[in-house]
Amino acid sequence: MEAWVFSNIVVAILITAAVGLTGVVLRSRMWSNAFLSLWRRRRVAIIAIGFYVLVALLDSVSWVGGEQFGEDAVAKYQAQSILDRAFAGIRERSYSAPLASVEFYGGAPLVHPGRHLLGTDLLGRDVLHLALKGARVALLIGGLTSLIAIPLALLFGVSAGYFGGRIDDFVFFIMSTLASMPGLLLLITLIMVMGKSTFSVCIALAVTGWVGFCRVSRGETIKLRELEYISAARALGVGEMRIIFRHILPNLAHLVIITFVLMFSGLVLSEAILSWLGIGVDGSWGQMIDQARDELSRDPIVWWNISAAGSALFGLILAVNFVGDALRDVMDPRTLREGE
Amino acid sequence: MSRLLSVEGLTTRFPLAGVHVPIVDESTFAIDRGEVLALVGESGCGKSMTALSIMRLVPKPGRIHSGRVELLGRDLLGLSVTEMRAVRGGRISMIFQEPMTSLNPVMRCGDQVVEAIRLHDEVSRKDALARCRELFVQVGIPDPDARLRAYPHQLSGGLKQRVMIAMALSTRPELLIADEPTTALDVTIQAQILRQLLELRREIGMSILLITHDLGIVNELADRVAVMYAGRIIEQGERTDVLGRALHPYTQGLLRSMPALATPGRRLPEIPGVVPSPAEWPMGCRFATRCQLAEDRCRREVPGATARSDNHVASCHAVEEGRAQAPAGGEPEGAAR
Repeated sequence: MEAWVFSNIVVAILITAAVGLTGVVLRSRMWSNAFLSLWRRRRVAIIAIGFYVLVALLDSVSWVGGEQFGEDAVAKYQAQSILDRAFAGIRERSYSAPLASVEFYGGAPLVHPGRHLLGTDLLGRDVLHLALKGARVALLIGGLTSLIAIPLALLFGVSAGYFGGRIDDFVFFIMSTLASMPGLLLLITLIMVMGKSTFSVCIALAVTGWVGFCRVSRGETIKLRELEYISAARALGVGEMRIIFRHILPNLAHLVIITFVLMFSGLVLSEAILSWLGIGVDGSWGQMIDQARDELSRDPIVWWNISAAGSALFGLILAVNFVGDALRDVMDPRTLREGE
Repeated sequence: MSRLLSVEGLTTRFPLAGVHVPIVDESTFAIDRGEVLALVGESGCGKSMTALSIMRLVPKPGRIHSGRVELLGRDLLGLSVTEMRAVRGGRISMIFQEPMTSLNPVMRCGDQVVEAIRLHDEVSRKDALARCRELFVQVGIPDPDARLRAYPHQLSGGLKQRVMIAMALSTRPELLIADEPTTALDVTIQAQILRQLLELRREIGMSILLITHDLGIVNELADRVAVMYAGRIIEQGERTDVLGRALHPYTQGLLRSMPALATPGRRLPEIPGVVPSPAEWPMGCRFATRCQLAEDRCRREVPGATARSDNHVASCHAVEEGRAQAPAGGEPEGAAR
C-alpha cells in the first residue's frame, strides 16, 4: 500500500475515534466536567493545539494529480496533501524576505511578489508552507512515540508492581540497564541500526523514554495493590487478570493522560535535538532550525527561516505544557471527586 | 446443628528478621451452620490473619505453614487456585474493616455488585442488576435505583459498608467473614449494620465469623466466642461461658477493664504491661510476661487446652492446675453498652 493511502486511512480512523471520544465525554458527567474546567482554565492553549492538529490533518489527506501543478513533472505524479495544494506553484528561485517583491540577493523580481508571508528559503520554498508542514511531523513524533512508550511502560510497570518478586526484579533490571546508558548515545545507536525514518526515530525515542512512566506506574500499582478494594475483589474470587484490567488500570487512567500530554512536548523537543545532530525526521521543525543555523551567518542576516520554525515549535510546546499543567489539576482524583 | 467450617492446627508464618514467626499459631476452632462465632483480641493478635488464612489470601511474604481448614468436609488448603477462587465469594464471603477504601472508586456501585454476581453465576447483566437491586433493598439501602448508578465517593461510610455487605451476600454464601465490619463507622450506624447482619443471618441461614475487639458487639451478636492473644486462641466457648465465667487470666483481665463493669469513680483496672511484639514472643505461654499467676512452667511450656465443660476450653497452666482465680466476668447482659 502506498504511504499516502495509509495516511488517509489513519486520518479517517483518527476522526472517527475523535467523534467517538467526544460522545463518551459528553455522556459521562465526570469527563465532561473535567473537560469544561480544563476549557475554562486554558482556552487559548486548547485553541492553539486545535489549530496545530487541524493543520496536521490538512497535511495528511493527500491524493495524486490535480490541475494546480501545471508543468511541474515531479509534483504531478506525487501525492499532494491539501496543504501542499494550497501552496502549490508559488516557488521562487532563491531567498526572499517576508512579503518582499524582489529577491534577497541581486534584487531580481519575484515570480509571485508579496505572496510569501514569511519569505522563502535558499531553494525558494515558501517558509510558511514549510513551517505548517512541520506540525504534522511534530504531532506524529509526539503521538506515535507516546503510543509505543506508554503501553510498554504500563505493561512492565503494572506487572512488576502487581506480581512483584521475580518479575519485579526483571523489570527493574531492564530499567536500570536502560537508565545507566547515556540517553543520547543510545538514541543515536538505535537510529543508526534501524535506519533513518520517522518510524525508527519514534521507536528509538520510545525505547529511551518509557522508563520514567514505568517507574511511576509500578509505584502506583504497588500502592493500589494494597488497597482494600483489591483485597475485597480477591476475596470475591476475582481472577488476577480481571483485577488488573478492571480494578488497577482504570485507576491509573488519570496518570496515563497526564503523562501522555507531558511526554508529548518533551518528545517534540528531543526530535529537534536529534535534527541538530543530523538524525532527525525529514521536514521537522528541528531540521528547519538546523538548516537555518547557517543562514544566520549571512550578511545581511536571513532570520525568517529560523524564527518561523522556532516560533511554531515554541507555540506548540507552550500550549501543550499549559494544557498538561491544567490537566494535572483537573485530573487529580481529589478535585475530580468534588466536581460531581 | 451441623458443622460448617472446622479449622484444625492452622499455622501461618511470617519471616521476621530471619525467623519464621507463627502469627497464627495452631488455631483450632469450628463454626456450625447458622452460628455466629466471634473472634476477639487486641490489634495485631492475628485475628485478621486467621480470616485471611481461611480464605487463603495471606499477603506475601506470609505462608500458611500447616493445619487443616475444612468447609463441609473439604480441605480448602488442598484446593487448586481455580477451585479456591470459586469458594471465595461463592461459599465464603468477606467484608472488610474500611468501607471507605473497599469499593473501587472508578466503578459504579451497581457494576461492582454485578461483577461479583456474574463471577459465580451465569446470569445476564440485566438479571444480575435486578438481583443487585433486591440485595440493596435487603441490606437497607434507601433509594436503591439511584445508588446502583452512584460512584462510591457519592455514598456515606455506612452506605458503602451496606454495599459491601450486599456484594458479599450476592452469591448466598454459607459463611460470612466480617473483619471488624463496624470499626470505621459511628455508633448509631454500627448498631444498624449489626442488626441488619443478624437479620440477614436469620433470613439466609448463613454462619458468621465476626472479628472484632469490641466486647459489647460480641455480647450482642455472638453465639460463641474465641479469644486470641499473640497468635493463639487462648479461650473459647459459649458466649455466656466466656463472658460470664471467664477462665483464662487474660480474658478475665479484659472483662475487668470494661467500663460498663467498673465501679464508678475508681480507676479502670488494666492488664499490666504491653503485648509483646511477634519477635519477642516468649517460649511458653505468651501471656506469661503479663500474667500475675505466671510460674516457671508457664514460661517454659506451651499450655495445652483444658476443658472446663464440653464447650468451654482454655489454654492455661493455672487453670489446668486449679490455681486460677475464680471464674470472673460480669453478667453477660451487664456487659452490653
